[in-house]
Amino acid sequence: MAKRRAPSEFIVERDEYKCIRCLACVRMCSYEANFYDERENMVFTDNSKCVGCHFCEAICPTDAIRVIHNPLAIKQNAHWTGEVVSDIIKQAETGGVLLASMGNDKQHFSYFDRIILNASQVTNPSIDPLREPMEIRTFIGRKPESVDLEVENGSVLLKTEITPQLKLEVPIMFSAMSYGSISLNACKSLAKAAQMMGTFFNTGEGGLHKDLRQYGANMIVQCASGRFGVDMEYLNAGAAIEIKIGQGAKPGIGGHLPGEKVTEPISETRMIPVGTDAISPAPHHDIYSIEDLRQLIYALKEATRYEKPVGVKISAVHNVAPIASGIVRAGADFVVIDGIRGGTGATPKVIRDNVGIPIELAIAVVDQRLRDEGIRHLASIVVAGGIRNSADVIKAIALGADAVYIGTAALVSLGCHLCQKCYTGKCNWGIATQDPKLVKRLNPEIGARRAANLLRAWALEIKEMLGGMGINAIESLRGNRDQLRGVGLSEYELKLLGIKPAGEAW
Amino acid sequence: MGCRLCEIHCITAHSKSKNIIKVFRYEVPQPVPSVIVEEKEYTTFAIQCRHCEDAPCIQACITGAMHRDPDTNAVHVDHEKCVGCWMCIMVCPFGAIQRGTVEKKVASKCDLCVDREIPACVENCPNEALVLVEVSE
Amino acid sequence: MMRYVIIGAGPAGLAAVEAIREVDVEGEIALLTMEDVPAYSKPLITYLLGKKVQEKNMLYRTREFFDEHRVEVRTGAEVVRVDTDSNMVYLKNGESLSYDRLLIATGGAPFKPPIEGLEKEGVFTFTRWCDEKDMAEYIERNGVHEAVVLGGGLIGLKTTEALMELGIKVHIVELADRILAATFDKKASEIITRALEREGCEVHTNDTVVQVKGGKRISRVILKSGKEIKTRLLVVAIGVTPNVGFLRDSGVRLGRRGIMVDDRMRTSISNIYAAGDCTEVLDESTGEWRTIAIWPIASAQGKVAGYNMAGREVRYQGGIPMNSVELAGIPTISVGCTNVEGDDVEILKYEDPSSSVYKKLVIKNNKLIGAVFVGDIDRAGIYTGLITHGVDVSTFKDALLDEGFGLIYLPKEYRKKLIEGELKVWLE
Repeated sequence: MAKRRAPSEFIVERDEYKCIRCLACVRMCSYEANFYDERENMVFTDNSKCVGCHFCEAICPTDAIRVIHNPLAIKQNAHWTGEVVSDIIKQAETGGVLLASMGNDKQHFSYFDRIILNASQVTNPSIDPLREPMEIRTFIGRKPESVDLEVENGSVLLKTEITPQLKLEVPIMFSAMSYGSISLNACKSLAKAAQMMGTFFNTGEGGLHKDLRQYGANMIVQCASGRFGVDMEYLNAGAAIEIKIGQGAKPGIGGHLPGEKVTEPISETRMIPVGTDAISPAPHHDIYSIEDLRQLIYALKEATRYEKPVGVKISAVHNVAPIASGIVRAGADFVVIDGIRGGTGATPKVIRDNVGIPIELAIAVVDQRLRDEGIRHLASIVVAGGIRNSADVIKAIALGADAVYIGTAALVSLGCHLCQKCYTGKCNWGIATQDPKLVKRLNPEIGARRAANLLRAWALEIKEMLGGMGINAIESLRGNRDQLRGVGLSEYELKLLGIKPAGEAW
Repeated sequence: MGCRLCEIHCITAHSKSKNIIKVFRYEVPQPVPSVIVEEKEYTTFAIQCRHCEDAPCIQACITGAMHRDPDTNAVHVDHEKCVGCWMCIMVCPFGAIQRGTVEKKVASKCDLCVDREIPACVENCPNEALVLVEVSE
Repeated sequence: MMRYVIIGAGPAGLAAVEAIREVDVEGEIALLTMEDVPAYSKPLITYLLGKKVQEKNMLYRTREFFDEHRVEVRTGAEVVRVDTDSNMVYLKNGESLSYDRLLIATGGAPFKPPIEGLEKEGVFTFTRWCDEKDMAEYIERNGVHEAVVLGGGLIGLKTTEALMELGIKVHIVELADRILAATFDKKASEIITRALEREGCEVHTNDTVVQVKGGKRISRVILKSGKEIKTRLLVVAIGVTPNVGFLRDSGVRLGRRGIMVDDRMRTSISNIYAAGDCTEVLDESTGEWRTIAIWPIASAQGKVAGYNMAGREVRYQGGIPMNSVELAGIPTISVGCTNVEGDDVEILKYEDPSSSVYKKLVIKNNKLIGAVFVGDIDRAGIYTGLITHGVDVSTFKDALLDEGFGLIYLPKEYRKKLIEGELKVWLE
């Protein structure tokens, strides 16, 4: 008998003494893992249904529940890991493509963890951010070759005409997550947090829900291969436009929102009939070259009277540097690069885990390439894909980014517990779901407060780290790779990253 | 969102032991929750005494047990006076008053947790759906 | 400065005091009551007799209430005549008072039928605290073990319950074919009858007392059916009539029984108002003008009268008969028309005989017009609201008796009005 079932990934343990049979865990689990037996007067769990989202644990008023990981008990080794074996069992059962959500979760792709920062000692004084001004405001957009100034009666006037810019009070934005992939309450939370913190959120390829219009000044609208929800009103609704070519979690792959998720409000914002599949093709069918891309960029600029910056988002692949160069030359005001750890609502697991390159390398090579070609000032670089904390932000900027996008980190601030089951649409935390009953669980007021808190905290930490390096403006850190050192990296990796190994002085 | 934790915490706050586990394990009868969660399809809400300006329960009370606190303007039941005629239950259009279980003949309703700074239901609502709002005239 | 005189210290009189003071902080208010204490709760006398309430809790408004509202209270002040020409009120003790605005809130007096021997010692009516004192003392002194209660209405039954609490065996004698005929439907009567019988009470329907036998004191009663019951106590509780005898020749117009009032609770004399059980009001459930002797209506009318007396013009919207009572441990509520039948009437029912739970709703023209709850009265007020405010129930009719029925089923606009406190018993 070869038949077997992948063992439950989690076990829900219930403290019998503490359980008061309030049944909150039963009522709240969208996967229906918890159930009550009246005769026994006991609450039980079908562990095979548990996804490990920890909602029941969080809601239990007596702290009676522990959701614990259930490691695969069969003999494993470093090569045949539990994950690999479980995947095989699942595929032997279903014969289908394994779906996954969020980003690549493999440790060995992380360079951030092998890069460390510098601090000032004796010869170059550090700065105390509590006592001295620290500038982390960032402008996204094309910068002029040079600036003409005129001094008149003691005040300085800028004579050069500056193309439109996005002003970020913190160099962190919320990355593209469509209304559809996440709930409206999640969108509202991020939109409001962006407004509170003076930064931006991104509509993703989901069109624009009317409730989000009011956040236009803090919104980047996305134009992707499906062109869902795109019309003149949409293009002009935000502060900038982002053309999406690729996504780190699924380079070379399109998107597919199944018809059952295209509800009335989603159909309205995406401008497609209720119940039809929303398919975003893998390529833009009108873009097969940089020249084609240039046409779209300028079409969008025309459509918005050259009042809004237009950017292009690609996933970080082997050729990322020359492609980025082409994008800048095509007229983009900013380039977004999404690394292999970038997240998604749903992607084939094999693609998520194996396609693309780590963002750290991509930043370094793109920044270097644009500098070498003398076009770095023509566009800002925004990077995304697995940014977890302020240290990642500061390392990304030191490697050459202007700003970062965060997706997963933002969702975690809204309650996401990384169960990676976004694709089921049954997110208990009200984030990756359209079920009105579940969506309600995310109060946008709370969400906004928490997401804004996260940015506030990171901003404080960034200032601390800048001060430690003796730098008082984030501008001075951008591409300042001397502040970085690598640990345990090969010479060639160090060369690509443009950093010295730890231990080597300036 | 329908977790009904407000009811649980209301019961606990009005129990003898005030200990959530002990109330449910040992206290018989348990107090009735004075916040009631209603659910229908995708809608859920919690209803409790509105402390109406023109409170019909006060007008209907034959004992004077139902009264308005002159300081807070909240509507309270004097448990010593109430005889359980249930006139208040008959006239409350919100259905926010119930027959008590601990003191059998006494009406039970939201007292805004007079002993606490913040009502238990408000303090413990995981989604901040319940808020205490003071309305000034 | 306006001088207000209020006759009667029941819920109507006191609600009027509150209303007047809301509008007029200066005027003088004199409150006259024939009782020895003001503001005691008449319904509580049965609880007092049954020792379920202490004497100190008989007052539903305390002394401070009158101080706060600056009311001059006169107890033991029985009004014998009102002179509407000179605006004077004359008391039994010879005193007189003048008024600018007069409120008559004298309530009802028990009705005594012409039965032979009714004057004997041991025959009581039971509507006042003094009745309770006398009866309790009589029971104690004579060691009463068996009693007859004539009248199976609310007062009769609550008295029965109190007597049973004292260990007395009670016979209820009711002229109609069932007890509670005026307030509850057949099924509810049946459930209550059975519960009373279980507790040792005997119920004699289609019968009445025709003769009271004994010497100076009652020793037995003879019923129409020929039955004879040995008893030392007879309580006559066959109803109350508006207490309006002192208005004879005053010019205040009376209806069939009570004082006629308009929707501002004003009588035929422009500065005289009336409220409570002594009036005839519009019964919204039938469209008839009649006396509805219930507490909430008395309160509401008193309030309306008070506002109008003090110059704030509000109009009473009419009331609906309703009652709530717990008998033999079974809570029971009845609202509106519960005894109607006909093609245009739809009846919804829920019954659980094992727990004496019975619910009935009466719907006419898509509106709820009556409701009966026996055994389970949870959230009954929601239905009362639907009846009083004439809400169209057609869209959620099927859910009305569902277990989880609640506000969530009601139309949004209605809910909003409720929450914003827009639905009042009067209109500005």
